[in-house]
Amino acid sequence: MRVTFPHMGNMWISVKALLENLDLDVVVPPPCTNRTMSLGVRHSPEFICLPLKVNLGNYMEAAEMGANTIAIAGGVGPCRFGYYSRLQKEILDDLGYNYRMVILEPPQRHFGEIFKEMDKLTKFSLGQFFTAARLAWLKCCLIDAVEERVHKLRAWELTAGQVDKVYKEALSNIDASQTRREIIKAKERALESLNDIRTDSTREVVRVAIVGEIYTILEPYVNQDAERHLGRLGVEIDKSLYLSRWVNDHLLGGFLPLESSRDALKMAAPYLNSFVGGHGRESVGYTVKYARESYDGVIQIAPLTCGPEIVAEAILPEVAVKEGIPVMTIYVDEHSGEAGLITRLEAFVDMIRRRKYHGWDAAAGQERGFEDVLSRG
Amino acid sequence: MAVKVGIPRALFYFYYYPLWKSFLENLGARVVVSPPTNKRIMDAGVKKAVDEACLPVKVYYGHVLELVGSVDLLFAPRLISVEKRAYICPKFMGLPDMIRSNIDGLPPMMDTTIDVSRKSKNLHKGVQEMGRFLSKSPRKITRAWEKALEKHEVFLGLTYSGFLPHEAIEIMEGGCRKVETMGDDSLKIALLGHGYNIYDEHISMNIVRNLKNMGVRVVTPDILPPEVTEAEAAKLPKRMFWTLGKRMLGGVLHYIHDSDVDGIIYVAAFGCGPDSMIADLSERFVRRHKKIPFMLLTLDEHSGEAGVLTRLEAFVDMLTWRGVS
Repeated sequence: MRVTFPHMGNMWISVKALLENLDLDVVVPPPCTNRTMSLGVRHSPEFICLPLKVNLGNYMEAAEMGANTIAIAGGVGPCRFGYYSRLQKEILDDLGYNYRMVILEPPQRHFGEIFKEMDKLTKFSLGQFFTAARLAWLKCCLIDAVEERVHKLRAWELTAGQVDKVYKEALSNIDASQTRREIIKAKERALESLNDIRTDSTREVVRVAIVGEIYTILEPYVNQDAERHLGRLGVEIDKSLYLSRWVNDHLLGGFLPLESSRDALKMAAPYLNSFVGGHGRESVGYTVKYARESYDGVIQIAPLTCGPEIVAEAILPEVAVKEGIPVMTIYVDEHSGEAGLITRLEAFVDMIRRRKYHGWDAAAGQERGFEDVLSRG
Repeated sequence: MAVKVGIPRALFYFYYYPLWKSFLENLGARVVVSPPTNKRIMDAGVKKAVDEACLPVKVYYGHVLELVGSVDLLFAPRLISVEKRAYICPKFMGLPDMIRSNIDGLPPMMDTTIDVSRKSKNLHKGVQEMGRFLSKSPRKITRAWEKALEKHEVFLGLTYSGFLPHEAIEIMEGGCRKVETMGDDSLKIALLGHGYNIYDEHISMNIVRNLKNMGVRVVTPDILPPEVTEAEAAKLPKRMFWTLGKRMLGGVLHYIHDSDVDGIIYVAAFGCGPDSMIADLSERFVRRHKKIPFMLLTLDEHSGEAGVLTRLEAFVDMLTWRGVS
């Protein structure tokens, strides 16, 4: 059995660590490229959301490398992701692929249900599972720690590209680490190298938060590398979602003392008073939270036709005005182009930079500024 | 004077209007319904809603705008779930907040949450909360609800006897609709799609009437007894978690074994999440199991009736020739 799984940013490093330590033969799909996208798009329903299409491309490319089993999470709605696994299986069957699917559904009664499904992959002891899970979890947390630092530092680096060089190295070092000690060492080395990077403290840096749907936030291929572009434009970034935070909130029930989305969820009211599936309520809640933490702007990123994010999008203009924070929504699909994205990011960043550093806060100007943001041209 | 409660003639109006109307009237309210969707209503909704919202939601906005200013209360419940372990769709869950955020001058909203996905007791809670807008007496609210349920049974009875939901509503509103007398040898087409798309004549470009004018008998999963669609949907390898999606997939699985059905048309709204999956799965099931022709019609605010009509005619002609050969 050769197991594969879909890509989502750096998730592959942790999932690979987990599965390999359960003695499975793991096939990591090639990184997402235009080929991945076009393979997926060709065989997916026309207006299904983008993650399904890219996932499908991942499976098809992994099959070329000999994968025959897919491990993927399930769901019970109302977000479409819950039915991804099934629809993808039907598509792959119709295309003649001989894939077996192991679907990890959220446990309805007790946690043991997940183990039962994972039993289909391989026989392992509980002890072996916990060792593997702890190692994967450590990788996940430390990658996120490095990433958080990278998001801040890009805005300040003197020579563009330095930070990304260290970041890339750190990822491959963490991926190659086999023991706890090695992982921690790799992370510390990365943070040290990041600290050594020469910065330009005179830059007019602004702080922007990214909210939205998890896949489009975490997978740089589908968001056209928005974070890197923002970094180059002199923007410090925070994201509403990191993989470790999501796993803790959703799979571990907020069990570990990490920063949780719980506070942000509460802040969604009175703008949005119900969960709406996916990350819709998080998007609204985090926008409020970031506004109150005096961020300079918020960018919502989501796949086109994403229901939960459409609800959030409809409500965000009101949040923007009442909480006093510029908000821009960006939808991505297979037709998105990088140049168009950069233009919009530049315009947005110019606007909030003028607002922050050049006294564009006069009542009239501010109003016009918001109009510009809200019209999302 | 009686409190005027406005019900937008959109979305779940097509599934629950008799129930809602009776409930509100039993509590002494006067029910005002927005007029049938027309170009003005649709345009107004399209202007107010975010571009990415689906057509039926935009039309809902239009109907709400139509009622603003002329009613004391707006009936806009937050329908999260109407049965166990199934939802309607994310947009329904955020709908009251969306219109509150996007439409000015709204009257007070009856935006009670109805969510029976985990506990069916929540229905009782929802009904009481809703009733409190109009009455202080819990007993009166319960009685109003029980009487309304009788109306709902009549409505369902009509649909199971073969009337499409919008026809059943018309009959219950006193419009006398002549019983269809099409012969059993006429073509039979199963029409799939969310009810608020196919039964709204403006959204669907009169698809039901146009098909009937071509001498076609039209059936939809909504007029199948729930036992049938549930039993078929239970055969799916994974439980479908959208109420209407489950009904449609159950319907498809039923119709592909019904030798009487000549063709299947799926009406999808552009940008509708559930439609993007259900339409694709339906098509796969139809193509795999039997040689019934299948057509997917995607609608948005830019659709023109002539274009839709051409496709319908071509489809029906094709079915007719198939029958001849």
